[in-house]
Amino acid sequence: MNAEEAMLATAEAIAKGRDSASDEKQYVSFAAGTEQYAVDIMSVREIKGWTEVTGLPNQPEHVRGVLNLRGAVLPIIDLQCRLGGGLTETTPRHVIVIVTLAQRQVGLLVEAVSDILSVSDTKIQPVPETNSRDDTRVFSGFLTDEDQMVAMLDLHRLLGGEVLATDDAEAVLIQ
Amino acid sequence: MNELDQFRQTFFEECDELLQRFEAVATTLAAGEHDVEGLNDIFRTVHSIKAGAGAFRFSRLVTYSHEFENVMDLLRAGTRMLQPGDPDIIVQAGDILADLVNAARSGVEAPVGLEDDMLATLRDMLGPVDDGETPETSDPVEKSGDFRIKFRPHASMYASANEPQLLLSALASLGDLTTEVDCSAIPPLAKLEPEGSYLTWTMVLRGAPSDQAIREVFEFVEDDCDLEITSLDDAAPTAELQAVGETGESSASLGGPGVKQAAPQTTSIRVDLERVDRLVDMVGELVIAQAMALESLSEFIDIRHVRQLQALEDLTLRTRHLQEGVMAVRMQPLKALFARFPRTVRDLSKKLGKDVRLELEGESTEVDRTIIEELSDPLTHMIRNCMDHGLETPEERLEAGKPEQGVVKLTAEHRNGRILIRVSDDGRGLNPEKMLKKAVENGLVKEGAELSKEEIEALIFMPGFSTANEVSDVSGRGVGMDVVRRNIQKLGGRVTLDSTFGKGSTFTLALPLTLAVLDGMLVDVAGERYVVPLSTILETVCPEPNQLRAMPDGGTVMAIRGETMRLVDLCDALNLSRDGKPEPLRKLVVIVETEFGRHVGLIVDELLGQQQVVIKSLEANYHAVSGVAGTAILGDGRVRLILDIDGLAALPPRTSAGPQPRLENEDGRQDQQENSTDPTLGVQSA
Repeated sequence: MNAEEAMLATAEAIAKGRDSASDEKQYVSFAAGTEQYAVDIMSVREIKGWTEVTGLPNQPEHVRGVLNLRGAVLPIIDLQCRLGGGLTETTPRHVIVIVTLAQRQVGLLVEAVSDILSVSDTKIQPVPETNSRDDTRVFSGFLTDEDQMVAMLDLHRLLGGEVLATDDAEAVLIQ
Repeated sequence: MNELDQFRQTFFEECDELLQRFEAVATTLAAGEHDVEGLNDIFRTVHSIKAGAGAFRFSRLVTYSHEFENVMDLLRAGTRMLQPGDPDIIVQAGDILADLVNAARSGVEAPVGLEDDMLATLRDMLGPVDDGETPETSDPVEKSGDFRIKFRPHASMYASANEPQLLLSALASLGDLTTEVDCSAIPPLAKLEPEGSYLTWTMVLRGAPSDQAIREVFEFVEDDCDLEITSLDDAAPTAELQAVGETGESSASLGGPGVKQAAPQTTSIRVDLERVDRLVDMVGELVIAQAMALESLSEFIDIRHVRQLQALEDLTLRTRHLQEGVMAVRMQPLKALFARFPRTVRDLSKKLGKDVRLELEGESTEVDRTIIEELSDPLTHMIRNCMDHGLETPEERLEAGKPEQGVVKLTAEHRNGRILIRVSDDGRGLNPEKMLKKAVENGLVKEGAELSKEEIEALIFMPGFSTANEVSDVSGRGVGMDVVRRNIQKLGGRVTLDSTFGKGSTFTLALPLTLAVLDGMLVDVAGERYVVPLSTILETVCPEPNQLRAMPDGGTVMAIRGETMRLVDLCDALNLSRDGKPEPLRKLVVIVETEFGRHVGLIVDELLGQQQVVIKSLEANYHAVSGVAGTAILGDGRVRLILDIDGLAALPPRTSAGPQPRLENEDGRQDQQENSTDPTLGVQSA
């Protein structure tokens, strides 16, 4: 899906979601690197095509820079790089998913938006306990079916350190 | 917020304005002068606060302002002339009034007995000259009378939120009131205007103190109603009053001593600051969008499209006017700020034992609200400095052949799109030798150094410098002028001192008109564009190789006209890469001044010109980044970083020997290690 199709599909899905009284929640899934990820549709603000960003000095590698979105200046995070997969080689086909987090807007650089998923909470598998780095906590669960495995992103844990002041980040985690 | 809260908030906002006005007027009062205008003004202020306080049942405030009002009434009527000491009492009484208002606002009860002393003083002032002229404190029996009052409100009275019920109960408190309402004017429902006024009250008030007291009840609505007060004692009208209301009745035939001039119509409205800011933001977007449109269209439009070009120019012009107009909404005259200084000077001259006159000029000069708020402390400090250090004692002044009274002058004016504020005194001025000696003592200057007049004057802004021989509680602790300088620079301004020994000193503040836009110099560094705040730039030079010297830590120092300064290579500091592109043959150094007055040279590739940019905070969606003061969106729609000079100067110099973090450019490719050997600078990095 390119950015426009994805936005349309998202809008439709949100409208549908309001009508149906089921306990299913909707997620936007997208590809970054070779993996599939998903976020709650309600946290998605906008989806737009990749454009050049303005780099920020001396920031972590995955912070690609800042972008002007109708007068707001927001940071763009390279999702693949944030999750340890190296910098994304961007093309105009790449997509920025703009999400809101504690009233702040952040752009996630991903390869493409894949689908809108309607999933009930019971279908989401917990993340297995591991002794590895804290980074696994950026996933809140997995959605699996025959041919793929989608990781649900916990935006607060994924972006909190970057985007929020320390106090805010803690406050968010406590919530 | 419910309605009552809203009214309450409005009341307190009004109180602030009234108290400000009070302050401005009260500090001009002088014993022996009968300034009717001023006294009336103060009386009305106190009265308005009392009226509002009554409506919200702030009983302490009511009691206090009532006594205060009585005193002011005596004074304005000339029953009591201003005695020496009275002006001070009025100023102090105003302070307590402000305290009580603040207590009412915060809901925290003011300390018990706060106003007691002042109340006693005020009552004393009333006492000896009280011959029964004061209507509300005199015994009603003495002057009691019976009156018939006919009261017909105009629609405009209701429109300004006055409530007849409150007026009637106020009347009832004066005596025994019988009320009759005439409903005959009410039209059939179909013709009824919901906001019209149809009722007339006829009342008989027995035992009222005077018709003056009745008139006071209607003081605030008398322009919006027909009011007739007839004394029943002599059965003759004592006064007839019909004001010119919106209904357009002519008052000419009824003109008499009782007719009051209609209050001047206020043409201002109160607007939530947030709304104004949103408007400013939106216009900012419009300016950017317009610039973007222009830039993309300029590819297609050439000399053949004269009409289109004209239309675009027209649009540009109008957009700029719109922006100026919206910015002007945030502008406020400096009057509100300047009004507090007569007070400062008055208090301080007493404390210091110096006779000082404050002269104000250019109070109507308008500045962005935010800047006004931020200016209060620095200006207070400078005025104190002038009075404490600048002005001599009266004896010293007489010896020096100057008038005993010292003068501190505060002026403001617009110049070149900036605002200039000057604080000057006719005192002793700076003693260059004493200054230099002090600076050497404090280790700020090396022994035997020769400083120019400007450099010596700049010493006063150095941290830890104070010339006062003794520390007073006014100034002289060595903190102060450096803080002033920092605050002014934070606002994008500059402060300088010009002093003549024996004649006096002048502080000059140059400030931008607004904080929402910034005058910037667009620079190119390794193909990236950055904005350097114009107010920090001193000059731009192309240094010769022999002016440069490498430091052991990998940094570079430049010498210019006997001064040495550190150079910051922006390409390194901002972690940019040239990506194989050649460096320019000659480097440009932009000399900038940090908040602390230090000079630093920034190495850039190219100067691209000046531009006014709309400032966007980076922290709105991200966190602060060192070296970056904010962001701006330029004509091409791209975000550009506004450089933070102090942040950059504080970054440690980078060396090629040290581990370089992985670099990226915008295409996301890995960059090769940077070659930091810089032939043009003639410096080999350590």
